[in-house]
Amino acid sequence: MKLLNHATSYLAGILLVVISVWAALFYVNMLDEIYDSMDDGLENQKILVMQKAARDSTILQQTEFEEGYYKFREVPLAVARQQKDLYQDTLMYMQNEKDFEPVRLLTTVFRHQGKFYELRLITSMVEEDDLIEDLFYSLLGLYVGLIASILLLNNLLLKRIWRPFYQLLQRLRQFRLEDPQPIAVEETNIDEFRLLNQTVEKLLQSNISTYNSQKAFIENASHELQTPLAISLNKLELLAESNNLQEAQLEQIGTVMQSLERLTRLNKSLLLLSKIENRQFAAEEPVNFQTLLEHIISDFSDQCHFRNLTVTLEGEEAPQVTMNPDLAMMLSLNLFKNAMVHNVNGGSIKVLLTATSFTIENLGKDTPLHPEKLFNRFYKEDTSGASTGLGLAIAKAICDLYGFQISYDYQQKHILRVQFRPSV
Amino acid sequence: MKILVIEDEPEMQQNMVQSLKQEQYLVETAATFDEALEKISLYGYDCILLDITLSGGSGLQLLEELKNQQKTEGVIIVSAKDSLDDRITGLELGADDYLPKPFHMAELHARVKSVLRRRKFDGSNLHQLQNLQIDLDKHLVWVNGQELVLNRKEFDILLYLVTNKDRLVSKTALAEHVWGDYIDQADNYEFIYSQIKNLRKKLKDHAAQVEIQAIYGIGYKLVTP
Repeated sequence: MKLLNHATSYLAGILLVVISVWAALFYVNMLDEIYDSMDDGLENQKILVMQKAARDSTILQQTEFEEGYYKFREVPLAVARQQKDLYQDTLMYMQNEKDFEPVRLLTTVFRHQGKFYELRLITSMVEEDDLIEDLFYSLLGLYVGLIASILLLNNLLLKRIWRPFYQLLQRLRQFRLEDPQPIAVEETNIDEFRLLNQTVEKLLQSNISTYNSQKAFIENASHELQTPLAISLNKLELLAESNNLQEAQLEQIGTVMQSLERLTRLNKSLLLLSKIENRQFAAEEPVNFQTLLEHIISDFSDQCHFRNLTVTLEGEEAPQVTMNPDLAMMLSLNLFKNAMVHNVNGGSIKVLLTATSFTIENLGKDTPLHPEKLFNRFYKEDTSGASTGLGLAIAKAICDLYGFQISYDYQQKHILRVQFRPSV
Repeated sequence: MKILVIEDEPEMQQNMVQSLKQEQYLVETAATFDEALEKISLYGYDCILLDITLSGGSGLQLLEELKNQQKTEGVIIVSAKDSLDDRITGLELGADDYLPKPFHMAELHARVKSVLRRRKFDGSNLHQLQNLQIDLDKHLVWVNGQELVLNRKEFDILLYLVTNKDRLVSKTALAEHVWGDYIDQADNYEFIYSQIKNLRKKLKDHAAQVEIQAIYGIGYKLVTP
């Protein structure tokens, strides 16, 4: 729910309560005022009628209301003594309405020429049910009107006021650390928004600079490592070429060269890993894994042949995945090499492709591997000399980058599966 | 053949010079941007090995300078920064090849020879070594005029070893050259041996006057009697 509508929904609830309470109070007060004013009117009429009776005693004969608004009744003294002015509500049949309607009745007693008369005066009264109904409908109208105006205000006025906020949101959503785009922030004179913009700006700047310095550090560190490695390797090559070396010495040189080559690979792999994690592979295009794997299998056919590995590629449907082509290559390559290196001579590798996944099965050690640690950097089941222990870590990093699921399973074979998207 | 090595790391420069001199090239060096600019402006070279990170400027600027001066030297960028951007920019600016550090000397020689060949010997791409004749375009090999039938990998191995005649070629260099860069993390290079064995047998059967020696623990060397 949007912030504005959220606020409106609370406001709607509160308004309902406030208006209801106000309506009850208003009704009671208004009714009180109406009674007061009617009673005053009756009082005035009482005086007028009494004056009229003093002038013209014939009206004392009027004992029913009929066409008038008053009637008289002679009462004995004892009753008259106790009688005080009494205001009451009562019902009377109204000719026009053809119904009993509420009226206000004043009963009073006065003395005329030594006799006591009871005078009853009536005046028509508000119909409470009608009043309540009217009040209810007008308040309902008011309520709906208020909510409508609030919604309208939200959508016009508040939206304008909150515009810097929504712009900031939009900007943050589109922000990518690997490709920071400077976006002009809208000037605002609301302190909170200005502060928010400044804070976010500062935060982003520090993130960008951290990211850049980290990127530069890794590149430089790797660069600085490559140069001494290159010098050492080439010096050894030159040394090995001098003709006066014995076999044992050559063998030692060979061992040192192998270690340096391994160091070079390690350096490259670590660089690759941090580049993946820093999202430095931006370009994406649809990649066909079928073609990719056919290519890899043909590249490694000599090695597989040498180790008598049977390689099969089965695909019901070639997965088309939109990702960086170099990373797709790295992912497939690392999984395939892993299946090859940790295989047994005369073993097998089976690659299975579906529209949403890529599975690679290989024979190897008879025991299952640790499914979690397997993807850790430098995790090695055996201390196999040539492997860097980074291949699966790289595969995992690539999968994490694109939100693929990579999992390990053991069913007499070691099975690694990459799920590109949830299967239907 | 005149080669200019532009490299600011003294030891690296010395390695390359020493190795190139063994091939009877005339080798000159430049260690800074200004020195390099002076040399490429004054003299002509057959091939230039160019480092990108130099003190005083970028190797890419030197490439632009070469382009402006309309010089047609073959240029191989040699860089420790294996950056895709540099590679693309370099090749766009007219460099012939890009070799990331660290590299094997055998690979450097192969690249240099390939550049020299492309620049100088237009047309005939026949390579003669003793009684061995190699057609680089058609991928054919003859011994004493008789065709030696090799598969693609055997041909690539033979050509690489011939290019690096009398030099030690490490197994890694050979594997990376013939099977591609991605071969690197493969557990070992024993699989090369079976290909070498077949190649040796074929050469011997045809009485070729070249021999592939195994240098224990390191790699191979092609020698002529």
